[in-house]
Amino acid sequence: MMVTILNVVIDGILTGGIYSLIAMGFGLQYGVARVLNISHGEFIMLGAFATWSLYTFFGINPLISLVICGPVLFGIGFLIHRTLFSRLQRMSASTGAYEASSLLATFGILFIIQNAALLIWGPFVRGLGIYSYPVSFAGTTFGFNRLITPLFAIVISVAFYLFISRTRLGKAIRAAAQDRVTAGLMGVKINSVLAVCFGLGALMASLAGSLISITYTISPIMGLEYTAIAFIVVVLGGLGSISGSFIGGFLLGLIGSIVSYFDASLALITYYVIFMLLLMVRPTGILGK
Amino acid sequence: MNMAKIISNRPFYLGLIVLVFILLFTLPVYGSNYGIILLTNIILYIILTLSWAIFSGPTGYISLASATFLGVGMYTMALLGNEFPLVIAVLAGGLISSCLALLTGALTLRLRGMYFIMFTFGLTQLAKYVVLWWEHHINGITGRYVIIIEPAIVYYYILVIFVFTLLAAYYIRRSRLGLALQSIGENEEAAAHTGINVTLVKVITFGISAFFMGAAGAIMATRWIYIDPSISFNILYSFLPVLMAIFGGMGQLYGPILGAAIFAYLEELLITRFPYYYMLFFGIVLVAAVLYLPNGFVGLIEKWRGRSGERQHEHT
Repeated sequence: MMVTILNVVIDGILTGGIYSLIAMGFGLQYGVARVLNISHGEFIMLGAFATWSLYTFFGINPLISLVICGPVLFGIGFLIHRTLFSRLQRMSASTGAYEASSLLATFGILFIIQNAALLIWGPFVRGLGIYSYPVSFAGTTFGFNRLITPLFAIVISVAFYLFISRTRLGKAIRAAAQDRVTAGLMGVKINSVLAVCFGLGALMASLAGSLISITYTISPIMGLEYTAIAFIVVVLGGLGSISGSFIGGFLLGLIGSIVSYFDASLALITYYVIFMLLLMVRPTGILGK
Repeated sequence: MNMAKIISNRPFYLGLIVLVFILLFTLPVYGSNYGIILLTNIILYIILTLSWAIFSGPTGYISLASATFLGVGMYTMALLGNEFPLVIAVLAGGLISSCLALLTGALTLRLRGMYFIMFTFGLTQLAKYVVLWWEHHINGITGRYVIIIEPAIVYYYILVIFVFTLLAAYYIRRSRLGLALQSIGENEEAAAHTGINVTLVKVITFGISAFFMGAAGAIMATRWIYIDPSISFNILYSFLPVLMAIFGGMGQLYGPILGAAIFAYLEELLITRFPYYYMLFFGIVLVAAVLYLPNGFVGLIEKWRGRSGERQHEHT
């Protein structure tokens, strides 16, 4: 019994940690940069496949790939915001118009990245199969990957939270989220901060992708499924709340693993039922005001 | 001068529309099978976009529930198609979708902006997984076969649904309902204060727009022959109408029609010519459209017309 519970909890933390990472990046992009990024999952997929390629062709350890792929995707995200979204922002008459047109643009990005990935890596389902050897832990055995993935997810999430809440740049980001114009008047370089936010979202997606590639199978069309998860977690934790996304991710992961213990095919249904009930009853999420 | 021009133009446009529909209705007489199937697809996209725009255009509530209504229509056909006449099954598809829309509308239309988008997104995903689970656990199947209907008959059905969608869109725009929708889009509180029953107006329009999607889904299911929840409730069909409507421009009635027609034809062209690159082109076209056609084709046409109008004005 204890072993079963431990298994369920570890599974919950494993998926929950990944959900947190995904949702934090997605939430930052929407909460601050006002881009509802439908292509978020594609950045996760890019991170996962970059990690897979680095390991398969160059023998680079996936955990080292974290620090290689992350910054690269940050750069890509930063550039996309600088070239595309800042332009859209200047063109748009209102926040609503900007949200609509940027949503469309991310849909275009989704198509572009997904097609590029299919051309580069083919339509195959891949897996790393690294670190899957069993280790003993608390009187039972686990695949090693199921232990290190949540550990890394937690470390990254906490580091990200500290970055947002403690550093100077984090402060600028929070200021931009609250009131863009006033933040600008206070000397925050608003365009750079927004681009950094979008880049950070891509960075978090890439890190999540690297961790996913260690534990799960990956394919070029996996993106949208993770974007949907990001939607749910962000609503669960409250739109625009970083700590909400963090807690919401683990909560959803735990709920998922408990439901999966009884009937795995009900997990997704449960997610969406929670999602819709929340929207009806408490759209501001568990931590929202 | 301008006024006279518009009035004199009016019979011309009406004549043009009648001519287009005569051509469309006689297509099976002279058209190829491929032409019929291609046009069926194009008209499906137009119906989806136009009926989406009936509700979302004036109100600004972006619904991602289109795939749900389309899928409900498809499953209605799969369940009823063998036992009932085709007309009944198609109407049932529309009605059941419509009822579902009324129900969800009544529950959720107080949600605004991003929350409404997310809810309708969730609805489509939930519908997919519930049907998947139900078919798997209760019926022990993954997908269903649908009765096969001749392409020409499917074409006529889809064309008739299109005509009704167009009429509905036109008359709603001109009616009190349309005005009410418009004022909700401008400012919902103000609309409520002028005595409009905001919720009722929204729910009814949502229901009407879902009817056409459901009916179109029902008849299109016979073209796909085999359906399963991932095909029927494909979230892409929720996003496409939004894209096509914005691509075309929502300021005028012909915007969504134009957007959907161009989009559908482009898709067909790209898929047949560049099967491995078509999504890439599609994405680039999309980003370019957002950047360079912010008000869609309608914006471009209106701008062009406005400019030529100005020039005329200078000359006179």
